[in-house]
Amino acid sequence: MSDLIPFIIAKYNYWIFITLMMIGMYAMIAKNNLVKKIVGMNIFQTAIILFYVSIGAKKGATIPILEHAHGDAHGAVSHTVEVAHYINPLPHVLMLTAIVVSVATLGVALALAINVYNRHKTLEEDEIIDQIKGI
Amino acid sequence: MKIIALAIVILSGGLLLYATQDFPSWADPASPASMHVSPHYLQKSMEETSVPNVVTAVLADYRGFDTMFETTVIFCAGVACFMLLRISRQTPEDRYYRHISTGVTIHIKGGGKIPDKSKEFERIDTMWTPFDLVIKTVCRFLIPFIQLFALYVIAHGHHSPGGGFQGGVIFGASIILLAISHNLRIATKRMREKLVGLLCVTGVFIYAGTGALCLLMGLNFLDYGALAPLLHVDPVEARSLGILIVEVGVGIAVMATMIWIYNNVSSAGKYDEGL
Amino acid sequence: MIWQLDLAILTLVVVCAIAAISVKDLLGSAILFGAYSFMMCLLWAIMGAVDVAFTEASVGAGVSTVFFVAAVFRSTRRTKD
Repeated sequence: MSDLIPFIIAKYNYWIFITLMMIGMYAMIAKNNLVKKIVGMNIFQTAIILFYVSIGAKKGATIPILEHAHGDAHGAVSHTVEVAHYINPLPHVLMLTAIVVSVATLGVALALAINVYNRHKTLEEDEIIDQIKGI
Repeated sequence: MKIIALAIVILSGGLLLYATQDFPSWADPASPASMHVSPHYLQKSMEETSVPNVVTAVLADYRGFDTMFETTVIFCAGVACFMLLRISRQTPEDRYYRHISTGVTIHIKGGGKIPDKSKEFERIDTMWTPFDLVIKTVCRFLIPFIQLFALYVIAHGHHSPGGGFQGGVIFGASIILLAISHNLRIATKRMREKLVGLLCVTGVFIYAGTGALCLLMGLNFLDYGALAPLLHVDPVEARSLGILIVEVGVGIAVMATMIWIYNNVSSAGKYDEGL
Repeated sequence: MIWQLDLAILTLVVVCAIAAISVKDLLGSAILFGAYSFMMCLLWAIMGAVDVAFTEASVGAGVSTVFFVAAVFRSTRRTKD
C-alpha cells in the first residue's frame, strides 16, 4: 500500500487525460444531436493536445525562451545552454499545428451541419434517418 | 445504442489505463521525449538562427515543411466552407427598414426595396436586436487598437510568445468584431469577398515563394541561408529574417481564412444578414 | 508546478466537459465549450507551454466559440438529448 501512493501521485494526470478522451469519444458515438457530436470531437482533440504537452514538462524548469540572449553578437559567444533548465519545446511545436487544424475542421463541420439543417429541417440523427428511409 | 457506446468507452478506457503503467513519471527530465533531438534544438538555436524563442525557430526553420503544409490545409478548409455554403440565386424575400428619426419599423414583403443610400431609412436584420449606441461606439474605438496589437504579436514572435498564427487570428477576430457589433453588410463593405479570397492565396504564396526563392539561389528548399546575398546580411541573420517573412505569410493566410469561414457560416451563404 | 492549483483546474475541466455535452440547450453548450477551452488554456500556461496557451486562448476561447454561436443561430437551439 505504501508504494501505491507515490504511484498514484506520479501518474494521476494520465488518468484525468484518459477520462477526458473517453468523455469526448462517448459524446461522438452516443449523442443524437449533430452539434453535440461536434462538441465531443473538439473535446477529444483538446484532450490529446493536453496529453502531448504534458509529456514535455520538466520539474523545476522554465519556459522555452532563452534568457540573456538579447544583446549577443550573432553566434559569436554562446553561453552554454543547460538543457535541463528549459522545457522541451518539440511537443509545443507539433501541437500548434494541431490546434490550427482543429479549428479548420470545426469550420467545415459546422458548414456541413448547416447544410443538413437546410435540407432536413432538423439536427437530430434519428429524425434524419427516418426522413431518408421514408423517401 | 447508449449501452453499447458505454461498454466500448469503458473497455478502451480500461485498456489505455493499463498501458499507462509503462509511461515515464510526469515531469521527469530524463524521459525519452527529451533526449534525442530537442537538446540539439535548445543548444544550437541561438547560434544558428539568432532567435531566442526556441518554439518559433523550430516551427518556421527546423520544421518548416510542416508549417507550410498546415497553411495549405487552412486554405483548403476555407475553400471547402465556401463551396459548401455559398449560393448565388436570391429568391425574393422580405426586408425590414427602420425610419431613423422616429424609430418606426417597416416590413416590405416579397422583394421590394428602398434604395441603399437613402438618408431616412436604414436596413435592419430579420432577427432584430435593439439599436445600441454603447456597443457600437466602444467597438469602433477598440478595433484599431486590436489590429495594432495583432501586428505587434506577429513582429515580436522572435523574442516573446507569439508568432504568425496568434497574430493572424487576433487580426481576423477584429474584423469579426466589426461584423458582430455593427452589421455583416458593413463588414463586407470594408473587406470585400474577393479581397478576402485573394489574401488567403497570397499568404500561402508568400510562404511557398520564399522556399522556391531559396531553391533558385542554389541551396535546398526552405533553407533561408540562401537569402543572404539578396538581403546583404550574413547567413545567420538571413535565417532570422527568413523566419519573419514566412510568419507574415502565415499570419495573412490565417486572418483571411477566419474572416471567410465566419462570413459563410453566419449568413448561411447568402451574405445579406449575419449575427 | 503547484499541485493544488493543478488538481483544482483539472477537476473544473472535467466538470465543464461533462456539462457541455449534457445540457439540453445548444447555446448553453456552445458557451460551456468556450469556458472549457479557457480552462485548458490555463492548464497549459501552468505547465509552461506559453505559445500553445496563447494560441488556444485566441483560437479556442475566441473564434471557435463565435463559430459555434453563429451555427446555432442559423439552425435551431432546441435539442432532445
